[in-house]
Amino acid sequence: MNFLQSIDWLGLLRCFVVGGLLCVIGQILIDKTKLTPARILVAYVTVGCILGGLGIYKYLVDFAGAGATVPLTGFGYNLSKGAIEAVKEDGIVGAFTGGIKASAGGIAAAVFFGYIASLVSKPKIKKQ
Amino acid sequence: MQAKPLETKKQYQEYVNDKSPNSPILKNCINAFWVGGLICSIGQIVLNICNSRGFSSEISGTIVSIILIGISAFLTGLNIFNRIGKFAGAGSLIPITGFANSVVSPAMEYKSEGYVMGVGGKMFTVAGPVLVFGISTSILVGLIYLIFNTQAITLV
Repeated sequence: MNFLQSIDWLGLLRCFVVGGLLCVIGQILIDKTKLTPARILVAYVTVGCILGGLGIYKYLVDFAGAGATVPLTGFGYNLSKGAIEAVKEDGIVGAFTGGIKASAGGIAAAVFFGYIASLVSKPKIKKQ
Repeated sequence: MQAKPLETKKQYQEYVNDKSPNSPILKNCINAFWVGGLICSIGQIVLNICNSRGFSSEISGTIVSIILIGISAFLTGLNIFNRIGKFAGAGSLIPITGFANSVVSPAMEYKSEGYVMGVGGKMFTVAGPVLVFGISTSILVGLIYLIFNTQAITLV
């Protein structure tokens, strides 16, 4: 297979471990605290955004690649990275435009695919 | 005048902990670890392929997000994602798949309230707060950067 050659296997292992550990932290938060999943999502994005702003999260991204960008902390990192880069170019307007510009693809995809997926789905009766 | 000898709050807590079933936290963590790792690895493989095709790293990252969000939105629509979520817990919640799931599942639930206010409105019950706090924090980060013109910590 052609694309197998383009895969960095050691990087994939680092990605697997870091991504897995970020999920384990979330699992511990769910099991040990009274935080609802929605609050954990908010916390992850906010923490990622702050760590991105402090310049710390970049090192994790360099180390783990998608293992750091796919979890929601990476979404927050992307927002803050975009804001900082836009501030460098556009000044104060950049603080408002940069974050969404950098994560526009993800947000737009979530809205678009989310709406279509809800349309095609059959409403079901919840069995708990 | 207490009927039971559980006088202090601490004793009561111990009693409750003793009687309540142990949540299998270790098993949950292991499942969360490998499912979360697997989802990130799928992202990494897509990222590697995109990079080798000559896309810039930003475009590749966006492609990864769009693909993962698309897949998990449709898996949620087909009720498959809920089963994965029940098994993996945070393993499917913390990656960006959880964000897509949190958009689709309330939208599905409120489909009976109509396509505009039901589906369109309830999509953001969970994703809304995520965007509000994420975007607000990013604006603050941008403003702080503008004021101090440096990232607060530079670890080199």
